[in-house]
Amino acid sequence: MGDLLQFLVTGITIGSIYAIVALGLVTIYSVTKVINLAQGEFVMLGGMLMFTFLNFNIPYWFAILFTLVLIIIVGWMMELTLIRPAKGANPISLIILTLGASLFIRGIASMIWGKDSVRVEPFTANDPINIAGAAITPQSIWVILLMVLIVFGLYILIDKTIIGKGFQASSANPNAARLMGISPKKMSSFSFVLSAGLGALAGMAIAPIMFPAYDTGLMLGVKGLSVAILGGLGSAPGAVLGGLILGLIESLGAGYVSSGFKDAIAFGFVLLILFIRPSGLLGEKSVGKGGL
Amino acid sequence: MVNQAEVQLSINNLSVSYGPIRALKGVSIEVRKGEIVALLGANGAGKTTLLQTISGLLKPISGNVYFKHLEITRKEPEKIVREKIIHVPEHRQIFGTLTVLDNLYLGAYHHYRKSGKKKLEEQIIQVFELFPILQERQKQLAGTLSGGQQQMLAIARGVMANPQVLLLDEPTLGLAPIIGKEVLELVTELNKTLGTTVLLVEQNVIASLKAADRGYVISNGEVVKEGSSKDLLLDDEIKEAYLGQAIS
Repeated sequence: MGDLLQFLVTGITIGSIYAIVALGLVTIYSVTKVINLAQGEFVMLGGMLMFTFLNFNIPYWFAILFTLVLIIIVGWMMELTLIRPAKGANPISLIILTLGASLFIRGIASMIWGKDSVRVEPFTANDPINIAGAAITPQSIWVILLMVLIVFGLYILIDKTIIGKGFQASSANPNAARLMGISPKKMSSFSFVLSAGLGALAGMAIAPIMFPAYDTGLMLGVKGLSVAILGGLGSAPGAVLGGLILGLIESLGAGYVSSGFKDAIAFGFVLLILFIRPSGLLGEKSVGKGGL
Repeated sequence: MVNQAEVQLSINNLSVSYGPIRALKGVSIEVRKGEIVALLGANGAGKTTLLQTISGLLKPISGNVYFKHLEITRKEPEKIVREKIIHVPEHRQIFGTLTVLDNLYLGAYHHYRKSGKKKLEEQIIQVFELFPILQERQKQLAGTLSGGQQQMLAIARGVMANPQVLLLDEPTLGLAPIIGKEVLELVTELNKTLGTTVLLVEQNVIASLKAADRGYVISNGEVVKEGSSKDLLLDDEIKEAYLGQAIS
């Protein structure tokens, strides 16, 4: 019983991170139709910058703020210097550009921080809490809480504000949205800024648990992308559901089968679901949605 | 009387091409304040191209578009919207996954912050007076409305943008004749009550000329005829081309 609870909490924790990475991907995809392969790098930068700022003895909450702002600037610059000049290129070319950005950021990171993993202090004192035989670290609870807050925040932003509605409009029909005065360029920038911010938060929250290194973003990006596809690319609730499922399968697989097999089990399961539901768990089938 | 009114939209010698294909060949059109002007012509004549060029979605290869004394040629659509030239595109193009109310608020996107919540709510009430069916359906997803209601919503969304000039592209396309008539009556009412200038692209020649003050006939990207609605309705060529035979 204790083991199971332990695996579940670990699974939900890592699943929350996958969910946040996938939400970042979905945000950019829904308005630009670009799959941002550098999404994992935002997460990596989150951990590494946090490490550096803490090394400079910058107070913890300021370090979080600086990291967040810096990564948002990185995301914004990425849209401005990479995606926008190539506007009109087809999505595949844009996706390859983001792959380039990913390799570039990873290369710079390896020059700055070297190849070793770094250790980042947790948000709060991290003595595990014992619940029914499972040791749960407070950082896990922070991660899960962060995911819940992000989901709630995104819901308010996208569903309750005019900017968010403009975002949905631009994603559904960019030309009709332009005729309302909604600039697709601004929405594209907005999506990159938002995604970078999400990636940064995920990176900072998970850093004390997974000891980031310059190449952490690669696997997280791949997992995030699998999760986004599993959930039905473009669906935010699907991304969250997919993230939690992948995290749980990974953790249960590692616990009950073998930790060496955890990725094989997780990806095998993703493939299985996609065989049964090619459009993903909550993906929309390609039918019309109003208008002609 | 209408003829002396201020020119709101003037299109001079406008040419547009899609790659090697010339869609508009030196079109000149004038729309005066408070008028309803009908653009007539067969499918593929260039009517939609003209509207899309005015609203900035397409860029012309030559010629220019003036709104009053301001040149708006080649400006981005988001900028042109702020001059209150509002294009209601063909096929309605409402946001089907959002509610009717959200669609209306999005219509007001360009002046949302300037107007403030309270003023917008008043404006929505005004729009509901013109389009009572939308009030009943305000919480419904726009994609679940009937075709006629969606068209009403598309026009209402345009009205929310405070248009000085409304560019309406085929507002009766795909609607039952009686619903189409209702839509055109609404356009006339909008023109009368709000004083909105309307440039109307329509397939239904008789109905649109009856609603309009003047009309232009476009064929193969050129203006081939213009005149008051009355004259055009009596014109032999028009009778032959559009009224003599069944309109598909």
